[in-house]
Amino acid sequence: MKRVYFDHASATPVDRTVLKSMKPYFIENFGNPSSILIEEGAIPHRAVEEAREEIAFLVSASKDEIIFTSSATESNNLAVKGLALANRDRGRRILFSDIEHYSIINQADFLRGIGFEIDFVKVDINGMLDMEDLKRKLTKDTILVSVMHANLEIGTIEPIKEIAYFLKEHNILFHSDGAGTCGTIPVNVKDLNVDTMTISPHQFYGPKGIAALYIKKGVRLTPIVQGGYQEMGYRAGTENVPAIVGFGKAARIAMEEMDKRVEKLTLLSKRLWEGLASSIDYIHFTGHPEKRLPGHVSFWIEFVEGESLLLWLNLNSIASSSGSACSSNVLARDETGLKASHVLTAIGVPPEICHGSIAFSLGKDNTMEEVEHALSVMPGIVKRLRDMSPLYERFKKTGVRDYKL
Amino acid sequence: MMPQGPYSDIVMDHFMNPRNMGEIENADAVGEVGNPACGDVMKLYLKIEDGKIVDAKFKTFGCGAAIASSSITTEMIKGKTIDEALKISNEAVAEALGGLPPAKQHCSVLAEEALKVAIEDYNKKKGSG
Ligand code: FES
Repeated sequence: MKRVYFDHASATPVDRTVLKSMKPYFIENFGNPSSILIEEGAIPHRAVEEAREEIAFLVSASKDEIIFTSSATESNNLAVKGLALANRDRGRRILFSDIEHYSIINQADFLRGIGFEIDFVKVDINGMLDMEDLKRKLTKDTILVSVMHANLEIGTIEPIKEIAYFLKEHNILFHSDGAGTCGTIPVNVKDLNVDTMTISPHQFYGPKGIAALYIKKGVRLTPIVQGGYQEMGYRAGTENVPAIVGFGKAARIAMEEMDKRVEKLTLLSKRLWEGLASSIDYIHFTGHPEKRLPGHVSFWIEFVEGESLLLWLNLNSIASSSGSACSSNVLARDETGLKASHVLTAIGVPPEICHGSIAFSLGKDNTMEEVEHALSVMPGIVKRLRDMSPLYERFKKTGVRDYKL
Repeated sequence: MMPQGPYSDIVMDHFMNPRNMGEIENADAVGEVGNPACGDVMKLYLKIEDGKIVDAKFKTFGCGAAIASSSITTEMIKGKTIDEALKISNEAVAEALGGLPPAKQHCSVLAEEALKVAIEDYNKKKGSG
C-alpha cells in the first residue's frame, strides 16, 4: 500500500501548478521587489501585487488590506500584539478563546509582562465558543478578542459572524485566525466583520514559510518587525517573492476548485466517520458534529494511547496526527511538553485520557480506497493495543473506568 | 525497518513485537504505576521462586517508549535475583533500548518504578504471609 496521507491539517503538498508558478522567481526574476525603478525589481513587484490581489479576492477583501508575513504564527503575533499596542490608550484587557493556537495563547505571558490583562473564554463540549462566558468576561477595559475561525485539532468552525456582531456593539476589536478555513471553505471577511484575519496557504496546497494578515481599512495596528517600509509599513523585510507568487496561485486554484473539493471531502469523511463508529466500541468523536471542517474526523478511543495508535497507523502506511502530548513533543528537550492538549481539556475530555486522541484530516487527492484501508486496519490496531492495556483489563473485569466520562 | 522519527530500531522492535506481554495468574508480585503528566500506566507481574524472578509479564497503556521500556525490562529481569533486579536503573533500560529521546526518558523511569513497586508488593506479601 502506498502511503495514505491523512494529516492535511498540518500541511498539504504543494500543487504542481503552484510550484511551477514559483520557479521563475528564484533565478530569472530574482530582483528585489522594492527596487521598483529598475526592470529587475519591477517584475517581481508586479508579481507580488498580483498575488496580493488573488488573496484579497479569496477572502473578499481589498488589495491594500492584505499584508504578507512569514507564517500564520507571525500573522497572529502581528495582529494581537499590533492591535494591543496601537490601542492601549483605550484599555488593557484582552480575551482569547480557550482553544486558540499556541501562536495566540503563548503571547499571554509577554502581553501580561508589558501591562496587559489576559483572560480566556470557555468553549462548550463541541468546541464552540461559549457566548455567555464571553459576555461575562467582557469589561469596559476590554479592547481586543481573538477567536480562531476553525480549530485544526477538533475541526469545529466557530460562529465568527455572531461573535463579531456582538463585539462591534461594544466597540471591541476582533482578530480571527483563519489558518484552517481560508482557502478551504468560503471566507468573506466583510461578511464575518473581523478586524484582522490570518490566512495561511500551506493548508491549501500552497508553500510554507509564507502567510498573510488581513487588516481592515482604518484599523490601527503597530508593526512588530522594525526595518524598511515594505508591506505598507506594517511589516519590514524583503518579501519572499517565490512563496508569495505560489500563495497567490494556490488562492486562485482554491477559489476555482473549492466546491468540488468540499463535496469530495464531505463524502470521504462521512464514510470514515460511519465506518469507525460501527467497527470500534468506546470511540468518542470530538468537535462539532456538523459545523466542522470538510474532511476532518477527530476522535479518541478509550483504553488506547494516542502515540501508540499513531505509530501503528504509520506502520500501516497511514499518516495522522495525535493530540497526545507524548507524540507531538517527542523532540522536546525535556518533559515540559507532556501536558494534555489544551484543546481537548477545554472541551472536557478527562485530562488523563486526552492522550488517546487522533485526527484524520483528508485532502483533495485522497480516495475512497484509502479510507477503506484505514477502516480495515483500525479495529485490529485498537484490539492489539487494548489487549496490552491495564486500563482495559480492569474495565473488563470490573466495568469500572479509571476516569469520569 | 521504516524510520520512526526519534526512536531507535530496538525501541521499534520492542514496540512492534513486545516480549512477555500479558498477565500472570496468581502472580507473586504485581506493581502498577502511572505518570500523571503523560497519563501512561504500566503494570508488571512477577513470578518469584527462591528469591529469583522466574517469570515476568507486563501490560502497558502508553506511548511507544513506554511499551518498549516495559518489554525490555521484563527481559532484563528474568532469571535475576530480586537484589540484582533492583539494581537495574532507568538509565540501563534506556541504554538497552539504544537510547530514548530526552522527553521520553521518563518512560524508562516508569519501568524502573513499576519494578520497585512490584518487589515492594512481594516483600509485603511475604512479610504478612
Ligand atoms: S510519554 Fe509518558 S510514558 Fe511515554
